[in-house]
Amino acid sequence: MNASDYEYLRKLFRDHSGLDLSADKQYLIESRLLPLARKCGLSSIDDLLQKMKGGSSRHIAQAVEAMTTNETFFFRDKAPFDHFRDTMIPELLKARAGRKTIRIWCAAGSTGQEPYSLAICLKEMSAQLAGWRTEILATDLSQDVLEKSKAGIYSQFEVQRGLPIQLLLKYFKQNGELWQINAEIRAMVQHRQLNLLHDFSQLGTFDVIFCRNVLIYFDQDTKINVFNRLARSLEGDGFLVLGAAETVVGLTDVFKPCAEKRGLYRPTGARAAVAPMAAAAMPRMAAIGGR
Amino acid sequence: MDGPRIGEQVRTCLVVDDSSVVRKIARRILEELNFQIIEAENGERALDACRRAMPTAVLLDWNMPVMDGHEFLLHLRRLPGGDLPKVVFCTTENNVDHISRALEAGADEYIMKPFDKAIIAAKFHEVGLIAAAMPA
Repeated sequence: MNASDYEYLRKLFRDHSGLDLSADKQYLIESRLLPLARKCGLSSIDDLLQKMKGGSSRHIAQAVEAMTTNETFFFRDKAPFDHFRDTMIPELLKARAGRKTIRIWCAAGSTGQEPYSLAICLKEMSAQLAGWRTEILATDLSQDVLEKSKAGIYSQFEVQRGLPIQLLLKYFKQNGELWQINAEIRAMVQHRQLNLLHDFSQLGTFDVIFCRNVLIYFDQDTKINVFNRLARSLEGDGFLVLGAAETVVGLTDVFKPCAEKRGLYRPTGARAAVAPMAAAAMPRMAAIGGR
Repeated sequence: MDGPRIGEQVRTCLVVDDSSVVRKIARRILEELNFQIIEAENGERALDACRRAMPTAVLLDWNMPVMDGHEFLLHLRRLPGGDLPKVVFCTTENNVDHISRALEAGADEYIMKPFDKAIIAAKFHEVGLIAAAMPA
């Protein structure tokens, strides 16, 4: 891949998904796009690039998906789920005692491990949540990934990373080397395709937003824009959860970190003027990556 | 790789598997996680090792000649101090029936082979043997 091809792809991924690749990520592009080229019946990345440059929106959308799909596992990092069980839910049980509903959004739901981990947490707390309505919405840029999430079928490797063996026995059904999460847990999670660069105000407001390990790929302006819009989709006393390597500090004052609870943020009530990136900057592109 | 630091308690892991190749792979991974390794090729040898000194952890195969992993675990849990080691099965037996029997016999976690460092680290983290699940 020559330098101008690399520049073309960098700009394309930035405009479509906010993915901000530094100049040295050629190997990443190659490792993701070569399998895609093969899947499309093409012999090389060059052939795939030709299709993309020729304006094939299908190939462009698939390339964006291939680049933004992340590795994930059940109860990833553990601490956020401990905070969810020990801090967020107990606080919300008090704060929402009137309406008895809790809305949770996994903004980078990926292949389902995170939303299903949250669903399992809620199931394990069902005695305290009796009479409550809980909702988990999982969104992702990638339709392929959402389909995998909906199916809830995982390999032996996937179910062994982060999932305690007791929970595997309790909530999964074995089918040969594959394990499918029970229908009851699957039914607790709604799925929807969504690009975080686009307007998401129609989703309503949430009590908890998990948005982990997705904004790390975005450039600074995009991060700020998304944070400011996430603040508007979160209840004033809600919780935002970011990945272990992420922060809002130095980017925006609409969220503040919770002392001693790494990755956990609360809204400050500050409001920033915001418009979705995609709607303002690239109305044509939005039609490709969007729903 | 770093060994245990001065002042740090030495933590031992007994690796029980009849395959010397598997023991070697497990040893390399667990040494990177700062465990001192003892090896045993069957359940009987493993039980002898535990009678001499209780390890912090046991990584345990199921199918072995002389005494299998399940029988070893039943004996171990009846030894004085035998309730202390964290026992993680590591076996090709990957069905619900075997997993249930392992847990009933007193296993703390269960790994279905094949395994890698990420899985061992995740499971050892799960039972509180190491602080972080992933090296990076």
